[in-house]
Amino acid sequence: MTSASAPLIDVTKLEAWYGRRRILNGVDFAVNAGEIRVIMGGSGSGKSTLLRHLLGLHKPRSGTVRLLGVDIARASERELLAVRRQIGVSFQGGALLTSLSVGDNVALPLREHTNLDEATIRIMSRLKLEVVNLGGFQDLMPAQLSGGMVKRAALARAIAMDPKLLFFDEPSAGLDPVVSAELDELILRLRDALRMTIVVVTHELESAFKIADSITVLDQGDILMTGTVDAVRHCDNERIQDLLNRRPREIQVDADAYLKRLTEEAA
Amino acid sequence: MNTLTRPLESLGRATVHAFAGVGYAAALLGESLYFAVFGWRIGQPLRLRAVLEQMRQIGVDALAIVTLLALTIGVMLGIQFIAALSEFGAQSQVVVAVAKSVTREFGALITAILVAGRSGSALAARIGSMSVSQEVDALATMGIEPVRYLAAPALIAMLVMLPVLTILADAVAILGAALYSSPALNVTPAAYISQTLSLLSAGDVWQGIAKSAVFAVLITLIGVSTGFSVAGGAEGVGRATTRAVVLSICWIIVVDMIFSFFLNR
Repeated sequence: MTSASAPLIDVTKLEAWYGRRRILNGVDFAVNAGEIRVIMGGSGSGKSTLLRHLLGLHKPRSGTVRLLGVDIARASERELLAVRRQIGVSFQGGALLTSLSVGDNVALPLREHTNLDEATIRIMSRLKLEVVNLGGFQDLMPAQLSGGMVKRAALARAIAMDPKLLFFDEPSAGLDPVVSAELDELILRLRDALRMTIVVVTHELESAFKIADSITVLDQGDILMTGTVDAVRHCDNERIQDLLNRRPREIQVDADAYLKRLTEEAA
Repeated sequence: MNTLTRPLESLGRATVHAFAGVGYAAALLGESLYFAVFGWRIGQPLRLRAVLEQMRQIGVDALAIVTLLALTIGVMLGIQFIAALSEFGAQSQVVVAVAKSVTREFGALITAILVAGRSGSALAARIGSMSVSQEVDALATMGIEPVRYLAAPALIAMLVMLPVLTILADAVAILGAALYSSPALNVTPAAYISQTLSLLSAGDVWQGIAKSAVFAVLITLIGVSTGFSVAGGAEGVGRATTRAVVLSICWIIVVDMIFSFFLNR
């Protein structure tokens, strides 16, 4: 594995805003080569926003996001393209192109970024489908696949270019426990067999504890802690324990703010 | 203060919104042309296959309906001009009236409106549903520029196919007018057409073709930009589709009027 001194992902003081609402409050975040990092947090904790910044889909209001040593907000087109060829992303809903067959979806990055001949591309994309146990399904259209198969096909597309860095958004959302357990196994296998560094965003505790080397817990735009599975389990932070034990949080009502929200005329 | 300032505020918001929309469309045009010309240098080449596929969808698939409509328009113009001009005993002027109005106006206009309804809406729906299901994001993270992959092929295909369809519509509409009017004028259709050809100048035909190229840009940019800015799920896609068609047709008619004004002074 590469030296631990240079993290593959290095985020410093990242702030994100939607309109006048601040989503991330100066987040620092680093992932080292070869680890599986799980970003955990409740709904509205900012984990999806953090992911979109990591993928370069949003420009940070302030702070920097460095992937593989490149500051992606200030990189040239060419540098950014070079980074993007080395990362793979599996989106929550799969995001397979519905107009292409499963095989063509997996082959798409290869067709666009390499000069390999068609036969090689076909074999490579079928190999990736075999990795995710979808061998033989290359001629189906995405609409003909089940939820779990869509996620696995999306994973096959994400690893088509043998990325150094793999992002996985909510791998188990909307899947039954068996299928999501299989996906967890698959993620572990990818790290071990292909030596990928993997970032998983999820709110499923069970899967997070099973696959993570380390966990980052986000809450309301702040990182509560980053640590090993055990450290997170035994942490005495109240919010983290709320998350782990599925306790509803106690919301304290600020009387003035409450009245103001009720009576305010326009936002 | 609200009753007074609120309309002003919404007017201001709408104005800013409209300008932002025009700016966005202009940026899309610039980027699409940039990728079409220089894309291969930065690893984002415009794929010929994608352009050909769009050309098939926009042009070839529309051949039948364009032919049918153009023929109908030609017959309709024949009927109207014969009725109107015979009041002055000027039936012989039907040929020149049809020839000029078809090549300068109707060929380009009808084709553009038809293509806006067929392909402008399809572009908005396709790109809109792709944005909603994160396919556009997926393309971007794969290092495939969505504008290069989705917008540029459509723009180039439209710029080629709309003028071609317009020329076809011109020819078919004149044929339709010839078929209807030649008995009324006591000439053969062949004589009607050869008279048309002698009356038409290259400028008349070019006027229609130039317009159709502008319409092509309008239809593509409006379809693509409404598609990319879809928010709000399936309902948003539906709204964007309608919006793309209505906006395209409005712009086509307004721009047509402006062009006609300047080209015929």
